[in-house]
Amino acid sequence: MGLESSKWAIIFLVCWLYKNVSCNSVEQKIYVELNNTVPCVRLLNATHQIGCQSSISGDTGVIHVLESEADLEWPLSKGPNPPYMVLLESSLFTRSIMMKMKNESNRVAGVAVVVPNTSPPEFSPHTTCPNENTGVYSDNYGPNLAHCNTTVWNPLGNGLSYEEFDFPVFSLKEDNETEFIKQCYLDHNRAVNGSAPQYPLCAMQLFSHMHAVTNTPTCMRRNDINFSINPEMVCDPLGDYNVWGSIRPYNDTVLGHKENESVVIAAARLDSRAFFWEVSTGAEGSISGFVTLLAAAQALREVTHKAPPTRNILFAFFQGVSSFCLPKQVSLETFDYIGSSRMVYDMENGKFVIDLDNVHSILEIGQVAVHSGTNLFLHSDPVSRSNDTVNDEVENFVKNLQSSTAGLSFLLVEPNVSQPLPPSSLQRFLRAQPIPGIVLADHESAFNNRYYESFYDNAANLNLTYPSDLSPEEQLEFVTETAKSLTDVATVVARALYKQAGGDDSQVNTIKADPKIVTQMLYGFLVSSNNSWFQAVMAPELKNILKPSPPEYYVGVVMSSTPTRLVQYLLANLTGAATNLTQSQCQKPDELPNESRQMYSYLWVQGIVPPNSTQRDSFCVRASVRLTKAVSPAFELGEYASKDYSTWTESRWKFIKARIFLVASRDLEMLTLGVGVAVLFTSLLVTYFISTKADVLFSSTREPASAAY
Amino acid sequence: MTASVFFGCTFIAFGPAIALFLFTIARDPLRVIFLIAGAFFWLCSLLLSSLVWFITVQISNKESSSQQKGLLIFGVVLSVLLQETFRFGYYKLLKKANEGLLMLSAEETMPISIRQLAYVSGLGFGFMSGAFSMINILADSVGPGTIGIHGDSQHFFLSSAFMTMAIVLLHMFWGVVFFDSCEKQHWWSLAVVVISHLLVSCLTFQNPQYVGSLVPTYIIVFLVGLWAFFCAGGSLRNLKLCLTCKDKDFLLANHRPR
Repeated sequence: MGLESSKWAIIFLVCWLYKNVSCNSVEQKIYVELNNTVPCVRLLNATHQIGCQSSISGDTGVIHVLESEADLEWPLSKGPNPPYMVLLESSLFTRSIMMKMKNESNRVAGVAVVVPNTSPPEFSPHTTCPNENTGVYSDNYGPNLAHCNTTVWNPLGNGLSYEEFDFPVFSLKEDNETEFIKQCYLDHNRAVNGSAPQYPLCAMQLFSHMHAVTNTPTCMRRNDINFSINPEMVCDPLGDYNVWGSIRPYNDTVLGHKENESVVIAAARLDSRAFFWEVSTGAEGSISGFVTLLAAAQALREVTHKAPPTRNILFAFFQGVSSFCLPKQVSLETFDYIGSSRMVYDMENGKFVIDLDNVHSILEIGQVAVHSGTNLFLHSDPVSRSNDTVNDEVENFVKNLQSSTAGLSFLLVEPNVSQPLPPSSLQRFLRAQPIPGIVLADHESAFNNRYYESFYDNAANLNLTYPSDLSPEEQLEFVTETAKSLTDVATVVARALYKQAGGDDSQVNTIKADPKIVTQMLYGFLVSSNNSWFQAVMAPELKNILKPSPPEYYVGVVMSSTPTRLVQYLLANLTGAATNLTQSQCQKPDELPNESRQMYSYLWVQGIVPPNSTQRDSFCVRASVRLTKAVSPAFELGEYASKDYSTWTESRWKFIKARIFLVASRDLEMLTLGVGVAVLFTSLLVTYFISTKADVLFSSTREPASAAY
Repeated sequence: MTASVFFGCTFIAFGPAIALFLFTIARDPLRVIFLIAGAFFWLCSLLLSSLVWFITVQISNKESSSQQKGLLIFGVVLSVLLQETFRFGYYKLLKKANEGLLMLSAEETMPISIRQLAYVSGLGFGFMSGAFSMINILADSVGPGTIGIHGDSQHFFLSSAFMTMAIVLLHMFWGVVFFDSCEKQHWWSLAVVVISHLLVSCLTFQNPQYVGSLVPTYIIVFLVGLWAFFCAGGSLRNLKLCLTCKDKDFLLANHRPR
């Protein structure tokens, strides 16, 4: 008994000790870990690799804070302690500086960009002609319109996102860590009066080793090598889910062409991208578009129940998706239209509920950051309009749209030059079949967005401002000016879609989008996704993906990112119906007589918290909202070098980190080694000498009688 | 800092220990066994003293830095006392073991003398003590950085290595003196060993003034080394004979049957 209890006491003590032990190790005195960094990672397509790469044990360089473009001389040629780690302010993050560093990359160990809280006047790392090779315009189709010959859509683009760098590029926020780095540089690395700075110098090490190389066919081939029980994947195809919903539901199991079915598609894109995988929100680039479409869908709910239109209306949200690793944001539509090309492929091959012959016309909502009073523009494809039937349909559509602005403060205008469609998902539909389509945008020719596909395309870019004394809940409800403008656009879109779908003209003026819903969506997508409204519309098991910041594109176990899920649940709540089903019935609705999983999807949502209680009023939403896979057809077909479909993949990596420390001079290190070797040799000699002479040296107390004590 | 610093510091800290092991201990398996047993005894003493220190730290007020400093001093003193206690315990164990070995073995004489045991056990203590002092520091010295970003002195690695070398040598000398004074029942020299151990450990509180701690430590190493040399049977005469290479004549003249 005594032994037993003492054994337990010891076990308990050991466990408690184990839990409480903490190290104050030497490592903490040497290295300072940088936690708020975002790397640039490597992406591959059929022919190239883009992005950045570091060596497998990290790249170390002496820190140099760049003051101007002329100061580049120091790291690139004059500085005596290469390689250098260049720290840039974002105003110096330009194409010319990055290209110069790329050319001298043996002296540049890496680049760290400090992203300020205020935006520069303009910055777009995308190319000047986005998606020029995967749109509809090519040498066979409108050759004079291809490759931005008539209109350069993104003139401010510097193409940095599509360059390849063989050193790591990280971005840092402007916070205490960056101040510490600059202070370390000022203390140790400043050259005094032109002479070389003294050791020890402040250095930074960046780890962002990417496993994939060369191009997509190579890395997909390497994925398939089965050497061990745990095969190492080196890259992943980019992919997520598209969200679509319709006014009249479709049977999920009946795919392919439907007789006598004519559908008007209203589309928007969900994604955006930045050079770094950060909180790039694409406020003007994509959020304005899909928020408008969601509001239009909600505006159409009532009238389509009361007076259903002849044609069905299908709302499609083409998603960009992130990859399967760290929180990052990748735009699929930016990456050669992955989402829309997949939907077109599915329609062409009878894998979707309708096919291309069922599509009557398409309206796409592009960048619509409208300010009150400014006009919006209706872009269409001149090549398909050379066909009279298509042209007539497009003109009819334009008339429907223009007449929908009655009573509102802006007009819808067609551009007065013959120009191609801007980069849009509609182009992928036109590649397959000449369908009448219109893209609604706020720019007549070149983009108005000065921060296209960059991390500055945020709430400030949409002039989204709240009065300063509001609490988060009050901000959620406050109807901003931006929200009012987007509500008007949503009203126009809803009315035009209803008319286009053959609805009853007398009902058109009752269609109004709700500004409260628009402002709540803008708040949720641009300021904080963890608000009471988003919490109410989400499923209980997904409530943890909502954060007190704009959504990150994080792929969890479910393999779909936060924005996809948010749009799915919002569309379901805004267009669907609340039912009386219990939670278990919601999961198995087929047992009930009037419900069918094939026609609708049933989502259990959290609901609001009633005023005097703590329990949420959860309920089951029935909506005709579905998710479809948005992975490029190239990966389904195995054509990794395809020119028709997007072949973008993202490399995998083991870990990404950054740290700073001091480095000592080579001389001191060699001196240490020399002293060590000298000590070793001396001690070997002395010991040999002593051990051979031990008899003599230690003999004076030896007595003859006994050998030892 | 890099591999060169790693190897440099390893050689500095463990060079004498490696040399001693290679030339005097490695050939004789019995000595190896007693070396490892000695190392184990030191390890036990460290375990016990760290347990006590850890418990007292958990009980104490973690915020007050003067209390923590006081606890650290207490921990060091306790550890030194425990190490010397375990050294004494090892001595007692070896005496008993020697009697037993003598009874078991066929030979008349003891396979290993108590003086050799003193040296071997001291070296064992030294090895383990050096390992615990230095291994963590060596592991961090392999990376590209050196100490200093928070303002600490750059010479940490080098001075740790020199300190470890001193400690290894000191443990060996203390072993010899300790066992000798236990044999001869000279309790005052035992007390001097303990006091010098305490002195050296407390000198490390001078860090980061590395000169202030290393120079006195090496003076103590020299002094204790001399004392151990005389305890082990050396004398100035023998030393002079060895150095002037007259030892062969001496051996022949003093040849005794063994």
